[in-house]
Amino acid sequence: MTQTPPSPPAPPAALDAVGLRKRFGATSALDGFDLRIPRGTVHGLLGPNGAGKTTAVRCLATLTELDDGSASIDGIDVRRHPAAVRERIGLVGQTHAVDEALTARQNLMLFARLSGLSKPRAVRRSDQLLATFSLTDVAARPVSGFSGGMRRRLDIAASLVLRPAVLFLDEPTTGLDPRGRATVWQAVREVAAAGTTVLLTTQYLDEADQLADRVSVMNQGKIVAEGSPAELKRRLGGDRVAAVLADPDRLREAAGVIARAAGAEASVDPDTRSVTVEVDDGSRALAPIVRALDAEHLAVDDLTLRRPTLDEVFLHLTGDAGDASELHAELEVR
Amino acid sequence: MTTTTLTTMTSAGLRDRRRNALREGWLIAGRDVLHWIREPWGLVFGLAFNIMLILMFGFLFGGAIEVPGGGGYIAFLLPGMFALTMLFGLESTVTAMADDAKRGVTDRFRSLPLSSASVALGRAIADLAGSALNLAVLMLGGLLIGWRPTTGPAEIVLGVVLLLWLRFALLWLGIFLGLSFRGTGATTAVQVLVWPIGFLSTVFVSAETMPGWLGSIAQWNPVSATATAARELFGNPTGTTGGWLADNAVLAASVWPLVITLAFLPLAASAYRRLRR
Repeated sequence: MTQTPPSPPAPPAALDAVGLRKRFGATSALDGFDLRIPRGTVHGLLGPNGAGKTTAVRCLATLTELDDGSASIDGIDVRRHPAAVRERIGLVGQTHAVDEALTARQNLMLFARLSGLSKPRAVRRSDQLLATFSLTDVAARPVSGFSGGMRRRLDIAASLVLRPAVLFLDEPTTGLDPRGRATVWQAVREVAAAGTTVLLTTQYLDEADQLADRVSVMNQGKIVAEGSPAELKRRLGGDRVAAVLADPDRLREAAGVIARAAGAEASVDPDTRSVTVEVDDGSRALAPIVRALDAEHLAVDDLTLRRPTLDEVFLHLTGDAGDASELHAELEVR
Repeated sequence: MTTTTLTTMTSAGLRDRRRNALREGWLIAGRDVLHWIREPWGLVFGLAFNIMLILMFGFLFGGAIEVPGGGGYIAFLLPGMFALTMLFGLESTVTAMADDAKRGVTDRFRSLPLSSASVALGRAIADLAGSALNLAVLMLGGLLIGWRPTTGPAEIVLGVVLLLWLRFALLWLGIFLGLSFRGTGATTAVQVLVWPIGFLSTVFVSAETMPGWLGSIAQWNPVSATATAARELFGNPTGTTGGWLADNAVLAASVWPLVITLAFLPLAASAYRRLRR
């Protein structure tokens, strides 16, 4: 046996999960879930409803017991030392876990005192958090009158009382209006700027794009792709050109015309009377498609050029298992 | 490390943890007090409802009700209403537990470094305080309409303690139900169930006026035990002319809540642990 010279141990990752498994009856919510998040980064966990995002967060936050696998927060084992882990995490669940009848300040005071702070320290910390999340003006108002965005910000503030090493945000902007979304995004950026590691689950590709340093795509209980948002988008195909036909009876015919013009296979959706084609460069593909449609006198109600939607991302990633694992491998290598 | 230091450390750790659980339970209960101050209507309507029941039964039906063994109906009814109020408290426990679980407040508590007993302890402190307040107002109201305890302070205090003892026991049933059947279903079920349980007792009428089999059921209702014990301890008519319960009301009112606590405290604790599954 050879002795390797002692090197300073690398600091543990903020979050390290290997082979997590969790079953609820017959359904497998986590099925070999792996995730590693370096300190001080924002990691997006992207996936459709039922992919297991919430279960993953609940297991990592010690709320739900794992069936198998190992996970640690800040180097502390989640299964063996849940109490110690709880001192290092903040959790913002999908429901607004703030007390409706209490004011913003009373909510923060409650969680600050429950986290073990003395009264004067709790007051100071609450004031700080109210200021950070632009809630000072409404601090004395009951939460029941708050907008969705304000509630969510208070929720995030309440989970930061102890300056956690890792903050879990489970779909923080689901159900918010655009303005609420923007303010929550700003709040998350401030949390990240202060050095807190964030695990953020979301259904929205653009949200991950806005906030996350790295993104994992989750489906059926495991990670199917991982990379920076730019890497993922690059891999997830080119632009889409979608045409909505005026005459639904000529959909098939139009699909053929568009496919020939774009040099790619076109898909038809009779419900929306649309034909979609995937192209490498949308700006160059658009003109030939328009010309070809015009030549055949195919009237369109709408013609759009767009990036892939999340639905298409998932279809792409999960439609073919071989394809997905291939993608995973490719991104891992980078 | 010697065994002695190990023991000392462990017991010190335990002491610390208990103190934390008490402090945390107290803080969590303080949330309910803020609720009462901010939204007093729930509390006020609950009280108004109990007062309405007293007035309805005391004056509307009371004239037609004769208490076996003699005595005025108002004097018979009030201690029964006190016991019934303890039973009705079950509803607020179930609702509060189910609401917190549904809204994610319980999860927020569970993600904090709290002692595992704190959430239940907070519920217990808040609900006992709420029921004690309710009881105090009902007693004052009773005094206004002619109810009088005729015994000494020691008996009166024991009567109040036995009433709250029943409430304490029902806490664990409520926490168990609230945690096990989350969502609105549990609350509705309890709202419906407390009525037959409350009426199938000696709260409003003596068991001796019921058909034999029904009277037996009513007599073995824990609410009846507490109601009868309270009547006895306050020196009010008990509505019985004899029988085991009449002779051992205080014993029954001590043992029933103990049995309920022994059955449902572990179940409530395991329901809380089951949240992790």
